[in-house]
Amino acid sequence: MKILVCISHVPDTTSKINFTDNNSAFDTNGVQFVINPNDEFGLTRAMWFKEKQGASVDVVNVGGPETEPTLRKALAIGADNAIRVNTPALDGYQVAKELAKVAQDGGYDLIIAGRESIDYNGGMVPGMMAQILKANFVNTCVSLEIDGNQATAIREIDGGKETLKTSLPLVIGGQKGLVEESDLKIPNMRGIMMARKKPLNVVEASSTESFTETKSFEKPAPKGEVKIIEEDNLDQLIDLLHNEAKVI
Amino acid sequence: MKPDLFQAPDYYQIDDLLSDEHKMVRTAARDWVKKEVSPIIEDAAQKAEFPKSIIKGLAEIGAFGPYIPAEYGGAGLDQISYGLIMQEIERGDSGVRSTASVQSSLVMYPIYKYGTEEQRQKYLPKLASGEWMGSFGLTEPDHGSNPGGMTTNYKDMGDHYLLNGAKMWISNSPFCDVAVVWAKNEEGRIHGLIVERGMEGFSTPETHNKWSLRASATGELIFQDVKVPKENLLPNKSGLGAPLGCLDSARYGISWGAIGAAMDCYDTALRYAKERIQFGKPIASFQLQQKKLAEMITEITKAQLMALRLGQLKNEDRTTTAQISMAKRNNVEMAINIAREARQMLGGMGITGEYSIMRHMMNLESVITYEGTHDIHLLITGADITGIPAFK
Repeated sequence: MKILVCISHVPDTTSKINFTDNNSAFDTNGVQFVINPNDEFGLTRAMWFKEKQGASVDVVNVGGPETEPTLRKALAIGADNAIRVNTPALDGYQVAKELAKVAQDGGYDLIIAGRESIDYNGGMVPGMMAQILKANFVNTCVSLEIDGNQATAIREIDGGKETLKTSLPLVIGGQKGLVEESDLKIPNMRGIMMARKKPLNVVEASSTESFTETKSFEKPAPKGEVKIIEEDNLDQLIDLLHNEAKVI
Repeated sequence: MKPDLFQAPDYYQIDDLLSDEHKMVRTAARDWVKKEVSPIIEDAAQKAEFPKSIIKGLAEIGAFGPYIPAEYGGAGLDQISYGLIMQEIERGDSGVRSTASVQSSLVMYPIYKYGTEEQRQKYLPKLASGEWMGSFGLTEPDHGSNPGGMTTNYKDMGDHYLLNGAKMWISNSPFCDVAVVWAKNEEGRIHGLIVERGMEGFSTPETHNKWSLRASATGELIFQDVKVPKENLLPNKSGLGAPLGCLDSARYGISWGAIGAAMDCYDTALRYAKERIQFGKPIASFQLQQKKLAEMITEITKAQLMALRLGQLKNEDRTTTAQISMAKRNNVEMAINIAREARQMLGGMGITGEYSIMRHMMNLESVITYEGTHDIHLLITGADITGIPAFK
């Protein structure tokens, strides 16, 4: 089984978020980047398939050279090859199209992406990719078993879970549950040393077309002062919620 | 123990001066410490037990001989990577870092530098994997800052050497499988010998009741007519310069390690100060607390730059002993001062095991003493700039 794991290069969750260029671009100054957590759950599940079922695991990212350390980390964790599509990630469609091309050219059976990246939270890429590839698709996937050409996937739905049977080729929009946080792998020294020698192939983008363009970003309004109302003063609380906060 | 929320300060964007591989090595060590060391270390320190369960993990993140070439089981990394690994481990605990320092710089380094090819092949891979643990015997009960006065000695008995003497304050001694021991031959010249556990007359009693480095085992190495095979002598360097070369490497690692302890104390104090409310506002809003925090981050930043520059020089094999002394002395003092100030900022909470600060503070009392005391390092700088040694 040939597995392709799509890796998004995202700011660490503890990063301070700022914008530059008239609030139209994310300020990367001093920001640490990591593998998108939803992708990392998928990568770890892929490594399980590699160890237990003899799958090969490649990783791919759409982005500039600054994303390569993130791909190297995936190689250090145990992926076999890395591919970087050399173009800035502009929007979900453009990324899905480039990833689908890599998936098609490489003849992968299983393509695992995170259900969304934790930076822009578009959540579009896995579904679009499945459509372009005409492959089966399971989103918000929390469990995945593969037996030959057959897959059993569990998907999170409102208030419960849904178990699906499907077949390869398959695109997964993965998340926590595919593996747990305690299963995530820290690259060991041998892995880091081996990652130096593993191939990281840079391919050019098939096009630079995108249908959307970022005009500006806005941060949420700063949190206001907190007023503490004594429990005996319910009338005051209602008055403030009605007249000042205007929420009731 | 509270969950480990550590966020590393990098006030001067020093990360931009590191390579991608440096950062990957550091992140791996940092993540491993959060996952495997932080949850267990307070308990180990309270019980005064070395957590042997983490030896395998230490080996996997490259803490044992990171700069030893891969053909001997090391990671073949540069000196900055070694420093970063020490920093991250000491961010967890100085005792665990001590174990790694001894294994790397005081056991693997002399075998690699001064040993034969057979010795390298026999010992280094097992030491790199943590299958064997090592200790380093230089200090004696009556010879600390003046190791040249040592009395441990060996005699040539024809087909073996006969070793007699005792070493004290030896990290890892109670559980070590091998010890690199410095002893005088019949002409009074210092040589290194590899002593293995199980050799008759070799014992390693543990030193109890320490208030410092409680999660690291310390003890003695006692030699009573120990027959050491001749092939266990390190042949390629002798004299006091041989063990001092090892100490240069270990002290270099300590100069990075101390930054880790300081960063942990600073980060804890900063978070606490922003959350702890007194007089109706966070204590971080008071000038005296801000002064403490501002001075801490200034000192950490200076120490980071000093260690990085030293690492660059070390990569080019251009460091001097005196330069290493300066960094070890400065950075450990910086860390212990930050630990003390941070402890005060946490008030009563600072003395409990809920936070790491007091453990760091007590650990650093050893770190400022071992591998050359704070005063001796000052005199090394003094001797270097005046040309007049004050300790001879």
